[in-house]
Amino acid sequence: MRVVNLLLPLTGLLAAALLWAVGAGWLASHTPVAASFAPLPAFEALSQLLQGRDLWIHVGISLQRVGIGLVIALVLGIPLGVLTGLSKWFSRSTTPLFQFARMISPLSWMPLAVMVLGVGDAPVYFLLAFAAVWPILLNTASGVAQLDPNWLLLARSLSATRRETILRVILPGITAHILTGVRLAIGIIWIVLVPAEMLGVSAGLGYFILDSRDRLAYSDLMAAILVIGFLGYLLDHAARSLHRRWLHA
Amino acid sequence: MNSPLAEPAIAEAGLAPAVLEGRGLSYAHAGVGTIFDGVSLTVRRREIVALLGSSGCGKSTLLRVLAGLEKPVAGEVCFLGDALAEPHPRSALVFQQPSLLPWLNLAGNVGFGLDFVHQPKAAKAELAERVSAAIEAVGLAGREAAYPSQLSGGMAQRAALARALARQPELLFADEPFSALDAITRAEMQALLVDVVHRWHSAVLLVTHDIDEAILVADRIVLMGGRPGRLVQEWTVDIPHPREDFPEAVSALRLAILAALRHSCQ
Repeated sequence: MRVVNLLLPLTGLLAAALLWAVGAGWLASHTPVAASFAPLPAFEALSQLLQGRDLWIHVGISLQRVGIGLVIALVLGIPLGVLTGLSKWFSRSTTPLFQFARMISPLSWMPLAVMVLGVGDAPVYFLLAFAAVWPILLNTASGVAQLDPNWLLLARSLSATRRETILRVILPGITAHILTGVRLAIGIIWIVLVPAEMLGVSAGLGYFILDSRDRLAYSDLMAAILVIGFLGYLLDHAARSLHRRWLHA
Repeated sequence: MNSPLAEPAIAEAGLAPAVLEGRGLSYAHAGVGTIFDGVSLTVRRREIVALLGSSGCGKSTLLRVLAGLEKPVAGEVCFLGDALAEPHPRSALVFQQPSLLPWLNLAGNVGFGLDFVHQPKAAKAELAERVSAAIEAVGLAGREAAYPSQLSGGMAQRAALARALARQPELLFADEPFSALDAITRAEMQALLVDVVHRWHSAVLLVTHDIDEAILVADRIVLMGGRPGRLVQEWTVDIPHPREDFPEAVSALRLAILAALRHSCQ
């Protein structure tokens, strides 16, 4: 059973690598320069990059942006979600707006963000936070809506102040939902990050992809794609285990 | 259990001061209409009153009004002589579901809220003392560190009872507290309730649809019925505890209540 558990995913990955090799080979037969898109040059480039410093700097900057974007999304999303879950009035007046805004690809805001916030990190933070705030807000609100009404009754029977009700009942009661929101948010942030870093910044994985293209270093470009996939996988895994740990407690 | 002699002679005395007094209470809800109308009910010190009625007769709503959780459209509620506008710190609630907080262990749940700003001030050591006494009384000593997910249904309901006891309530509001338990656990819990409220000198207002539960536990049974709900009839139960030992008296009362139920339905 255990061997199968390990073997099946590995088979899938190997099959994908094989398709990649075949595809790159076919492409190279038309356009010789495409040979460096193949798996072998990509892994060679990856090993070179991992030994150097540059890639690590780009990774560090990208991860830092993920962290800042997530923190901004949490700071905005949790209170708004609590408010949406608590107040029917607020919920009714904002639900259409939120559902409307949520469906706009964050990247559409890019030109506006650069115009308002200037070139640099600020528009990237804005785009990441804007992408991540919805799953956090909506999960927080549904967590509040699913709170056991008897918990709130208990708080009321203890003459809890509004602050006590929020800090001692509502927030701990919705933490599992918030962590679900965080996991979804991390997935979205990671996807939005790379295109967001393709404009107006001079470091990060998105920048590195475009830079590799401009340098015609296609094997570096493929190596960066591998790194992006691997880091995204790790981030999602970390968020999942955080969620699991809280539910066990 | 208490011997028949130790039983406080409250029911026949009728002189004990009132803890809770509801006068001329009416409640209506938009869309549902009038739920009950002109209800007056008194609970005296250390008295166990069962509010008996079929499902949906408005007895749970009456309990919430009496507990200060809902405002009546007419009438007033007095707790220890003062008009009640919100839940009184000397009252406590037990629901049908234990509703323990899953992120706190047993001791944390039993002590939950004792430190809230509107609660009577008490030293930390005294609060810890009250928590462990309550846990001990419901037979859960040694399980203080267990989380709600690790407790059985009966143990969780014991924990909920301990949470109410830790507040040293003058009056315990219990809304169908044992109806989600199996028959054997329910009988255990009924005996435990009578035992601990006597030891804690608390009065109880027990809402139930179970005639046997009302007869086994209460000093006084109030039957609620009709639409909108009103109090139909009441009985003083002066059968000594444990009442399982007096089957004739219990079944006579049971038949009287069933007869009244049939009348109130006609």
